[in-house]
Amino acid sequence: MDSRSTAWGFGAIAGAVCLASLPAAAAWEPTKPVEFIVPAGAGGASDQMARTIQTIVQKYELMKQPFIVSLKGGASGAEGLMAMKQAAGDPHKIIVAQSSLYTIPYATNLPFSWKDLTPVTLMALDEFVLWDNVELPYKTTQEFLDAAKKVSTTEPMKMGGTGSKREDHILTAFIESKAGVKFAYIPYKSGGEAATQLVGKHTDANVNNPSENIAQWRANQVRALCVFDKERLPYKAKVTETQSWNDIPTCKETGLDIDYLMLRGIFIPGGGTPDQVAFYDQLMRKVGATPEWKEYMEKNALKEAEFGPAVLKAFLEKDEPLHKQLMTEAKFLATN
Amino acid sequence: MDGTAIESLLHGFVVLLTLKNILLMMLGIILGIFVGVLPGLGGPNGVALLLPLTFTMDPTGAIVLLSCIYWGALFGGAITSILFNIPGEAWSVATTFDGYPMAQQGRAGEALTAAFTASFFGALAAVLLITFLAPLVARFALRFGPPEFFAVYFLTFCSFVGMGKEARHKILISMLIGFLLAAVGMDTVGGSLRMTFGFSDLLRGFDFLVAVIGLFGLSEILLTMEEKLAFEGKQAKLDVKVVWRTWKSLPRYWATLLRSAVAGCWLGITPGGAIAASFMGYGLAKRFSRDPDSFGTGRIEGVLAPETAAHAAGTSALLPMLALGIPGSGTAAVLLGGLMIWGLQPGPLLFVEHADFVWGLIASMYLGNIAGLILVLATVPLFAAILRVPFPTIASSVIVLCAIGAYAVHGAVFDIWLMVVFGIIGYVFKKLDYPLAPLALALVLGDRAEDAFRQTMIASRGSLGVFWSNSLVGSITTLALLLLFWPVLSDIVKRLRKPRGGLPTEAASS
Repeated sequence: MDSRSTAWGFGAIAGAVCLASLPAAAAWEPTKPVEFIVPAGAGGASDQMARTIQTIVQKYELMKQPFIVSLKGGASGAEGLMAMKQAAGDPHKIIVAQSSLYTIPYATNLPFSWKDLTPVTLMALDEFVLWDNVELPYKTTQEFLDAAKKVSTTEPMKMGGTGSKREDHILTAFIESKAGVKFAYIPYKSGGEAATQLVGKHTDANVNNPSENIAQWRANQVRALCVFDKERLPYKAKVTETQSWNDIPTCKETGLDIDYLMLRGIFIPGGGTPDQVAFYDQLMRKVGATPEWKEYMEKNALKEAEFGPAVLKAFLEKDEPLHKQLMTEAKFLATN
Repeated sequence: MDGTAIESLLHGFVVLLTLKNILLMMLGIILGIFVGVLPGLGGPNGVALLLPLTFTMDPTGAIVLLSCIYWGALFGGAITSILFNIPGEAWSVATTFDGYPMAQQGRAGEALTAAFTASFFGALAAVLLITFLAPLVARFALRFGPPEFFAVYFLTFCSFVGMGKEARHKILISMLIGFLLAAVGMDTVGGSLRMTFGFSDLLRGFDFLVAVIGLFGLSEILLTMEEKLAFEGKQAKLDVKVVWRTWKSLPRYWATLLRSAVAGCWLGITPGGAIAASFMGYGLAKRFSRDPDSFGTGRIEGVLAPETAAHAAGTSALLPMLALGIPGSGTAAVLLGGLMIWGLQPGPLLFVEHADFVWGLIASMYLGNIAGLILVLATVPLFAAILRVPFPTIASSVIVLCAIGAYAVHGAVFDIWLMVVFGIIGYVFKKLDYPLAPLALALVLGDRAEDAFRQTMIASRGSLGVFWSNSLVGSITTLALLLLFWPVLSDIVKRLRKPRGGLPTEAASS
């Protein structure tokens, strides 16, 4: 496995030089159009990632067969997950999945597990940032949490987020237990909605992904308090007038010891053969080596992840139990 | 302020007026009309399908093409509503109420002309608003939190119950069935699945478009087959002058047009607004009419009002998308995704950093709508003549169209069967004289209203006082309650007036 993945890594570098002329190294390739399932709504982060990949694949002609993005965002993406489960054995469907792989089944008893799919590769890891409205007086995480603590029992601060018992809600519960505070969590349909509701002062804070709040951050309407990661984001180019992504302190630096990341990975349906996995893995490595992809990563402040099925599997095996534990503590597990 | 807006707009026209962009505009409109005519394909799906085509184009050209598809689809959506009682888009439902009866009476050309012209008028009003008041409107949109959203949805529901001409209990029953169906699927606020009974196909919930294609389109075919196996609109003449004749009568309805345009612009900046706007535009026209009972039998105002409101809303829905990054409609959501792929970040800074693009887009709203109006008006005689085709041919084509439409929404075969079931429900409703529109309205706005209400309750910790906590939400809520109890109130007013004046005039009640 290791020697093969080094070879792919080399292929990716070579691919950056002569993408179109790269000979097909994998033994399998699609024989009909590939359906790229997005388990989320139009315009959201998953949709953007899928369409960026689609554009790059088209532009560099990385695949002979067409690549069709298909939105299956019903029931917060459960529709897309179930469509993938039912397509077991069909290598002409791929999905760009995220933590909802386990949060939805745990919260709703949906008969689905990531083990129903065949992992291909991580594309990126998405960060979470604690944001508040610039018009609030709290300039640091500590000030914000102190203020939140004071009103915890009387009129808790309002924390906005996407969906209920999902990543944002889980992270909010995580903060509550670590910092000994209480928020009134208000679930919205999308991160974009959570962002504008924060600007309109209908909520006090949110834990949006960088891409979901960037527009409001740049317009100096929201303040980035800290990022939930072990290290700061690597991007040092100024995004707002005064700050780069790298200027946001980690939550640990500010005294809130939490790191929480969300995977964005590619899967094919259950029963995928190593050849099929190899084809898509190689395809995504080629995508990852293009300047367009690098630009996309930086613009959305995504964290780079190593390619390959082994890395993804290792991540899932650690991340799923963590979610189970957090969701159990927060009493988010489905009861019936 | 005004000076800079006009300057920027003129600059936008300069950016836009290249041969390539004008050709793209025409292409977009024509594609859009086709997309709009096929029910179910609709604006969002049509734009999503064509999105990849634009990735290699420059952003301005791309958005011109896509937004013109959007305008074309908006225009085209009215065609099937009027001719076959199949709403192409959610906001075309209200157009069927009077548009379809008009077509049946052989006035299809008149109805189509009225619909297209009203659409144009509504869109124009909204574009003017965007041009001159964009920053102000964007700030106003930010004031909408959960209580305000709920109040707007509540207002729409109340205006339906209060002003419907059918028996109140029938309106309520129909609406409650709609709420029940809207609850199926993921519960955003609770985070769990509801009433899916383990069926994967129910995870999506009941899609509004699938439901209305069956409820309105298929049920109409069933009813016609039973009754007389013929469309009454058969005698529709191929008449080129119909456009001109209809236009001459339009200035008379200036108040209706203006009212609807205002309602549309106002609701357009709230998500789901276009749908609420079309129903509300219709409701307002009926409310202010001297003869409200004749609505639903083929009144031209019944076509003008919802179309003006829907297009004013559909167009102004683009404003929150550009200025705030929140899409006001499904199509706007797809356009939003497109913007980001072209490297444009919608949000407060878009107007500053990509002024070229923004003003190019706004200029294309003017030009695209003018081009669209000319193109669709040219097709009026053609589409009106479709009704001359013998019924068996039409009926089978319409059924095929319904099936394709239902399938196209999510690419799911299950939805075709669902559409058939809704067709039968629609048939039964019509036989029992239950109104279908409240069901459709509740189905499309029910879960949003529920989310907004529960979000409000979380934030206010269960206090209903929050619906009067500021002047905006307070006035909407009060207006909603007034409309809900309007029949009761107007009765009281009548009774109070009787002893004094002795003349229970029409004016007192309307």
